[in-house]
Amino acid sequence: MNALLDILMLVLLVTGAGFALLGSWALARLNDFFKRLHGPSKATTLGVGCVLLASMLGFMRWGQGSGHELLIAFFLFLTAPVSAHLLVKAALKRWPQAAPKPPG
Amino acid sequence: MTAGWIDAVLPWVAGVFVLALLLSAWRLLRGPSLPDRILALDTLYINALALLVVLGMLLRSSLYFEVAMLIGLLGFVGTVVLSKFLLRGDVIE
Repeated sequence: MNALLDILMLVLLVTGAGFALLGSWALARLNDFFKRLHGPSKATTLGVGCVLLASMLGFMRWGQGSGHELLIAFFLFLTAPVSAHLLVKAALKRWPQAAPKPPG
Repeated sequence: MTAGWIDAVLPWVAGVFVLALLLSAWRLLRGPSLPDRILALDTLYINALALLVVLGMLLRSSLYFEVAMLIGLLGFVGTVVLSKFLLRGDVIE
């Protein structure tokens, strides 16, 4: 049981770190603001969520578990789309020609 | 036996997060426009939060969650305020 928990933690940690690096790499690498926004708002959120889940499993295993990590993960998943939306609105005010044409 | 693996892997995970921090710091310094810099700050604080959580796992201390939660709350408020300022030219109208 413990070995299974450890393997799950390991997988979550490696996946989380990989996705967080991917998000920051996209932020540093892509050439347009609207492309760059995808990396941090999706990949980084998923990566940090995985690490928080791994931390919760670890502290449960080490006998001092609490729900704090879930709280942080919930808050992060709640706020990431809101901040991305606000950033897009700010960017669209700066570059109005980047907005797609309305349908019809 | 497998608990040793976790302790062996955690410094590498922390290293990956430091790399992610450096990449977003580079975008923060370089970023050609203001929305880019705000986005870089957003990524920076989220990566710092994850780094703190990894540090808490490494030190087996649950004290770092409070810090991580505070960073999350205040970072979100900062992003919203900065975007709002770009959007309206004022924070509270």
